[in-house]
Amino acid sequence: MTQTPPAPARNAGRTALACAGFALGMLGLAFASAPLYDAFCKATGYDGTPRQGAAPATAAAQPGDAMLVHFDTNVAPGLPWKFRAEARSVEAKLGETQTVFFKVRNAASVPTTGIATFNVQPGLMGGYFVKVECFCFKEQTLQPGETIDVPVVFYVDPALRTDSNTAHLSEMTLSYTYFASKNGQPVTAALTSQGEAAGRRDF
Amino acid sequence: MATAAAHAGHDAHHDHKPSFFARWFLSTNHKDIGTLYLLFAFCAGMVGAFLSFGIRMEMEEPGLQYFSNPQTYNVFVTGHGLIMVFFMVMPALIGGFGNWFVPLMIGAPDMAFPRMNNISFWLTVAGFMSLVCSLFVEGAPGASGAGTGWTVYPPLSAAGHPGPAVDFAIFALHLSGAGSILGAINFITTILNMRAPGMTLHKMPLFAWAELVTAFLLLLSLPVLAGAITMLLTDRNFGTTFFDPAGGGDPILWQHLFWFFGHPEVYIMILPAFGIVSHIIATFSRKPVFGYLAMAYAMVAIGVVGFVVWAHHMYTVGLSLQTQSYFVFATMVIAVPTGVKIFSWIATMWGGSIRFTAAMHWAVGFIFLFTVGGVTGVVLANSAVDKYLHDTYYVVAHFHYVLSLGAVFIIFAGVYYWFPKMTGHMIPEWAGKLHFWLAFIGANVLFFPMHFLGLAGMPRRYADYPEAFAGWHKVSTYGGHIFGLGMFVFVIGVILAFRSKERAADNPWGEGATTLEWTLSSPPPFHQFETLPRIVDEPGHH
Repeated sequence: MTQTPPAPARNAGRTALACAGFALGMLGLAFASAPLYDAFCKATGYDGTPRQGAAPATAAAQPGDAMLVHFDTNVAPGLPWKFRAEARSVEAKLGETQTVFFKVRNAASVPTTGIATFNVQPGLMGGYFVKVECFCFKEQTLQPGETIDVPVVFYVDPALRTDSNTAHLSEMTLSYTYFASKNGQPVTAALTSQGEAAGRRDF
Repeated sequence: MATAAAHAGHDAHHDHKPSFFARWFLSTNHKDIGTLYLLFAFCAGMVGAFLSFGIRMEMEEPGLQYFSNPQTYNVFVTGHGLIMVFFMVMPALIGGFGNWFVPLMIGAPDMAFPRMNNISFWLTVAGFMSLVCSLFVEGAPGASGAGTGWTVYPPLSAAGHPGPAVDFAIFALHLSGAGSILGAINFITTILNMRAPGMTLHKMPLFAWAELVTAFLLLLSLPVLAGAITMLLTDRNFGTTFFDPAGGGDPILWQHLFWFFGHPEVYIMILPAFGIVSHIIATFSRKPVFGYLAMAYAMVAIGVVGFVVWAHHMYTVGLSLQTQSYFVFATMVIAVPTGVKIFSWIATMWGGSIRFTAAMHWAVGFIFLFTVGGVTGVVLANSAVDKYLHDTYYVVAHFHYVLSLGAVFIIFAGVYYWFPKMTGHMIPEWAGKLHFWLAFIGANVLFFPMHFLGLAGMPRRYADYPEAFAGWHKVSTYGGHIFGLGMFVFVIGVILAFRSKERAADNPWGEGATTLEWTLSSPPPFHQFETLPRIVDEPGHH
């Protein structure tokens, strides 16, 4: 039987410091998870986050293999805009770059500012839907009655046919939502709280 | 062990206790803080029980009887969940029994940081005050309180609750979380540095093992919750968009963070109970616990695997098939160490000379009911089945079987087992047994029909339901009343214990109760083990 010499004070302090370090480390990880999760979603297309890139498709597609891409446009409560795609859907050949125009109109009598965010459904398609050019996360100020056409340039990566989760899919949806914005910050949270109807759809 | 007993008597002679205020408000004594935690848990538990009574009264019949605004019903559900998890089960099992018995069992004079112990307790109380405040300030438009559920998912908890109620609830979690993290540091330091000479980790009683694993789970999971609720707080008040898609955030991130904390949290609530039930079963079977090392490392395994299964709470958010398969598999793996524990308890009883005392009733009842809850847990672990059962009463039944009939049963088992040691008084055995039978029948009548309701499609967190569900809801409410009746028997038992002239012996349970706390007087001296006990290698010590 070994007897440990009683020097608990120093050891205890060291153990406690190590524990506190662990706790602080986990707290740091919790905050780091927000940008990490964002980066992870962008890299893998997790949770319907479309990939963004300039490179055209590299993988070879079966000739005639196409995806029916639907467009869904929304304006969050608090932003008096009309927003629709020029077509409800397009047939996108796999690996071929497509351009689709969206029309945005400010229906208010004052200049208003909005910012758009996007997602694809089913979420598993996020990694195979590549946007070459889009109008997302850019603040846009429209004068009263002003209408603009904004393009989205994208292609569907033929690699989706090699993923067992997505190989069988023939249709998908690209969804855009415009939120009112002020200094680059969305202001919807405050406006929805005033009891406006949520989820107005405009097309 | 004889040395320890001799010195306990010696301590009692110069056993000066401080004045009332200094003793209970500025307390640094682990036993007094343990007592404070247990009293606090009882009071908070009464508030939580009142809220659940409101829920059951409303659900007795279809239509709205007691809540004119169903949002207030949601506030009751939220308050019940948060209070029972953070201010009843955790304070009782970790702060209460942990503070009382970890130092006694490992032969330490006190906790490593007595004043930090005091801060932990009062932070928990302050957190509870903040949560009670949140019930009375505006949350969702036109209703008081946070009706978000204990999971506080955005956007409901952000855009859906513009009033300050959710902020108060977040502060409640911040305060009690900080208290729990400090407590965890204290437990780890105490257990790693202050064991009596000769008590190696592999000779340490299972309750101390349970508290050690629990403390590590707290240390690693609570900071994640603290971070997540801080992000939610800044989303709500300072314009950040961690969980708001309008600014590029993702509400699913909240669910990942919450359940990365939330799943270890359920083991935080049940592991100390595992430790207590091991001692009770061993004591009243007059046998050392079967498979001591396997029991200890099963708890470690549950703790480790518990960190990598969180997304089984999120099967419906659109995870890929591979991700779901992984989480199904990892979740099922937890059934293995849990099975090791269940079978080892049964093997401990096997061939033992069992005495069915009140504490043993609760412990055996726990094994049966926890197994029922574990089996429904394995059912829910299947992502395909879960898509049907997600957010139904089946889930409510499952987690009440493992918590209300698991953790809570062991809180009462611990009270009946250690009450003589803590107070020097004996609760009449008949009271403990009557309480047990009322609770056992009541809880089963209360929660078993919820399986049927869930399978039939009754969703959680609704104040009203179609006529078709009325029958089992009524039965369930009757069960709640029976369970509540048991609480009166408990209180009567405690009052009778203090009124009776009978004093508890140092070791009222006799042969079988082998841990160090039974070598001390009942109640133990204000300061114990001024000369450290020496642990000699004897079989069956744990």
